[in-house]
Amino acid sequence: MSLVEEFVDVVVVGAGHAGCEAALACARLGMKTVIFTVSVDSIALMPCNPNIGGSSKGHLVRELDALGGEMGKNIDKTFIQSKMLNRSKGPAVHSLRAQADKADYSRSMRQVLEQTENLMIRQLEVTDLLVEDGTLVGVKTYSGSVYHCKAAILCSGTYSKARCIYGDVSMHTGPNGLAAANYLTDSMCSLGIEMRRFKTGTPARIAGWSIDYSKMEEQKGDERVVPFSFTTDPESVQKEQVSCWLTYTNETTHEIIRKNIDRSPLFSGQIEGTGPRYCPSIEDKVVKFADKTRHQVFVEPEGLHTNEMYLSGMSSSLPEDVQIAMYRSVPGLEHAQIVKNAYAIEYDCIDARQLKLSLEFKKISGLYSAGQFNGSSGYEEAAAQGLIAGINAARQIQGKEPLILDRSEAYIGVLIDDLVTKENTEPYRMMTSRAEYRLLLRQDNADQRLTEKGYEIGLINEERYQKLLRKKEQIASEIERVEHTFVGDRPQVQELLRTYNSTELKSSICLGELIRRPELSYDILADIDAARPELPEDVRTEVNISIKYKGYLERQLKQVEQFKKLESKRIPENFDYDQISGLRLEAQQKLSKYRPASIGQASRIAGVSPADISVLLIHLK
Amino acid sequence: MQDDTIAAISTAPGGSGIGIVRISGPDALHVGDRVFVSPGGKKKLADQMSHTVHYGYIRDEGKTVDEVLVSLFLAPKSFTMEDTVEINCHGGIYATRRVLETVLKNGARPAEPGEFTKRAFLNGRIDLSQAESVIDVIQAKNEYALQSSVSRLKGSLSRKVNDLREQILYETAFIESALDDPEHYSLDGYPEQLKIRTEELLRVVDSLILSADNGRIIKEGIQTVILGRPNAGKSSLLNVLAGEDRAIVTDIAGTTRDTLEETISLGGITLNIIDTAGIRSTEDCIERIGVNKAREKAESADLILYVVDASAPMDENDEEILELLDGKKTIVLLNKTDLPSVVTKEEVRSFTGERFPITEISAKEETGIDTLESLLKEMFYQGELTFNDEVIISSARQKSELVLASESLKKVLESIALGLPEDFYSIDLMDAYAALGRVIGKEVGEDLVNEIFGRFCMGK
Repeated sequence: MSLVEEFVDVVVVGAGHAGCEAALACARLGMKTVIFTVSVDSIALMPCNPNIGGSSKGHLVRELDALGGEMGKNIDKTFIQSKMLNRSKGPAVHSLRAQADKADYSRSMRQVLEQTENLMIRQLEVTDLLVEDGTLVGVKTYSGSVYHCKAAILCSGTYSKARCIYGDVSMHTGPNGLAAANYLTDSMCSLGIEMRRFKTGTPARIAGWSIDYSKMEEQKGDERVVPFSFTTDPESVQKEQVSCWLTYTNETTHEIIRKNIDRSPLFSGQIEGTGPRYCPSIEDKVVKFADKTRHQVFVEPEGLHTNEMYLSGMSSSLPEDVQIAMYRSVPGLEHAQIVKNAYAIEYDCIDARQLKLSLEFKKISGLYSAGQFNGSSGYEEAAAQGLIAGINAARQIQGKEPLILDRSEAYIGVLIDDLVTKENTEPYRMMTSRAEYRLLLRQDNADQRLTEKGYEIGLINEERYQKLLRKKEQIASEIERVEHTFVGDRPQVQELLRTYNSTELKSSICLGELIRRPELSYDILADIDAARPELPEDVRTEVNISIKYKGYLERQLKQVEQFKKLESKRIPENFDYDQISGLRLEAQQKLSKYRPASIGQASRIAGVSPADISVLLIHLK
Repeated sequence: MQDDTIAAISTAPGGSGIGIVRISGPDALHVGDRVFVSPGGKKKLADQMSHTVHYGYIRDEGKTVDEVLVSLFLAPKSFTMEDTVEINCHGGIYATRRVLETVLKNGARPAEPGEFTKRAFLNGRIDLSQAESVIDVIQAKNEYALQSSVSRLKGSLSRKVNDLREQILYETAFIESALDDPEHYSLDGYPEQLKIRTEELLRVVDSLILSADNGRIIKEGIQTVILGRPNAGKSSLLNVLAGEDRAIVTDIAGTTRDTLEETISLGGITLNIIDTAGIRSTEDCIERIGVNKAREKAESADLILYVVDASAPMDENDEEILELLDGKKTIVLLNKTDLPSVVTKEEVRSFTGERFPITEISAKEETGIDTLESLLKEMFYQGELTFNDEVIISSARQKSELVLASESLKKVLESIALGLPEDFYSIDLMDAYAALGRVIGKEVGEDLVNEIFGRFCMGK
């Protein structure tokens, strides 16, 4: 029997949101890349919620796009409703969220993959990693074929030894009934990689015809849609949108749940994995927040060509009969017909502290991992890691330094730093409160923060780069002009101020000062600013934010300066912590185990005190 | 982080009447100029030569704090190799502390334990062979600072700080929950509520700062622990020294189960006196906890008053106490001299050795206290008895953290008044939270995320 043997640059294991970004990045950077999936029909599958973005996740997508990733473009092509969340709050927490046509999203991403040069798609399960002297040299598939490669990126999501559970029904499958990947874990364990088990869950899908929408509140999209991708023409996304619907659970629902709580595999101990606190099952909510008399349920379409509806807020692992009863107790769902049962899923993943900030394994050169496999949750978190892992695998092969974004540069930086530095006991989700410098890390300025890096890496073309430079130039010179343009107490000025309930002028003042008044903005002052040039909307937005929140922005910039100092103090990779007197034992153990890249990263490891950091500084001098 | 300017009291408090406040860093001269006034009022420290001494006053908001001599050491010719200003204060501990506070108000931050030495090392002033001792200083001082400054905080203060932090965390978590899940939690009308709550928080923080000004924030003084076997008369001694019945006194051995604390002034010296449970092996588990606590207190004590019962023979419990006295400044008090004596001074001396002074007292008759007082004074003014300077530095640091917390809360109010969006509030609220955490030695870590999930039902 002769076995298939192939030679490629990069192998990507899994074609979910992380895998797609990783493979695209590698192929686009000229790497001969093969992406493996258990089923080509599940490429970029959205097995849980039917949306992309949301608070802080929207930031990740914008950043991904600014670096040259695909998710933003793909959702712009396939969304069916879009909303800018938190519009009434500060610019730092504005967040885009779009409902996707799931099938369309998946199909469209598959097309992009198929049309990308250097990229091959293979429907095969990878079963073994081939490692020689601590370096990854290839992978082996279920069929026995061997793919020799220079780097591999593991993006196996929730498929490793996956088990789906509701009531006493337990199936050894991945999400949505797809085949689980059962061999990879053993191969990883034999390489000394430590595995752990996490859990998550999804609600039922209901047949649309069985729902009475008249008992629910309609949730429409924004009138003017903002695209995710900086490359998408805003006019191209103004289209007919579909609605979501809001209803609520009630005491009857809660009573049904309470009566049957002992039949939940979570409470009976059948499920051992750790579940996420931010996305609790409905039974979790009822038990934990017993004083709440109702919980929100958003009914969201899964796509335009299916009438399946997703019941956001009611994920569950209760038995089928209890699910039917509880769903039918909700107004509008009295006659609900379940298409797919809700279930909890348990899967193998790793403690990401085994990874470097580049997402390469500390112990195995050339092996990278990204996505839910790293203990994160969410499509966006996965995609962001996939892109970075892909870029860094390619750069390693090219003999270049890895791309590492720090906490002051991007949400992606916060995400990866948290994953590889801190102890996470549940699937990790991005939140704006995790970003220390969030005023600087806005979704509106992601391109200004990151597109230059994307260009240097090779994922952003010349045209887009030049466009960015022009935009930056326009913003800078307009801020300069506005801060130095003075208006006096002309009648026209006073009248405008009166209109907006703003104090009238007694003497001449610069336009910047007026913009900083809470009741005014850059756009409002157009009429009294004769010399104003014609500028595109995105430039005007940046000018307004930069001027209006100048004080706060400057404060954060100062904090970033402090932060950067400790980040730039590198710790050599083979640093011997045992030789250092003065480190407390706990710090010594933690530092030896997790091997932080810098003093800054070391200071974020639990169990390392400021005094230990002082000691390290002295020894690293 | 070596380009900021730090300050601390660099002399051991106590013994001498002169205290030195040292300022080091690129801004040291400017900080110095902001607080120093020469007799003519015109001299600028920034214009002076290195290694010169200047006479004048330290002024705080127009008020003279102390009459001082200021020495200048310009970079790199100083201990830290940075610009350094040393203020020689003449007004004793209190004035030295006030000078430090004034300096901190004017642009310097409190030095971390061992930080001057650390800078000296990092700037190449000290060679590598001395690194080990630097590290030991940092670790030892840090441990001491953490242990002592936090443990010396008055119980009510740390309760108040904890309480403040809880409230701040709750409000922040609410805002963050609403930002994270805007379709679920609404912030309509919330700024008005937050304003009222923040004003109340600010009021409490400011009252804490005020109490810090009055020196009540921390128990400064010589940490003094009374040790002795059960029923030796330790509680009676505390009562005599405190001038009131603080401790319950009975004839039953083992009456004092917990430790009791009292701040007293004896001959002008402030003592933090801690009465402990009598040391003995015991089967009573509550009493045993008390005994263990007594041991802990003894370990961190600056001074031990070892009470020996003159009316009963010494036993194995005294042997055990003797071990606790190793390396500690101790005064042995031969108590109950009003009763027929069984143990003599000589016997005690042969038991403890020559290292400790021994004096006879009767706590019941209140005799011998004056001898104790003069013994204490002698030890203190000869510099044998000091308390660690970290306590004073920590207390200055704690105060400056309270001030930071106050400023952050004021910024919250300012943002509310300006109608800034809610996400701006939580930035300053968390700054206040972190500053208050540093007062009681707690870090922020994942507190906010935990609070969000713990208090608010998140997620779809």
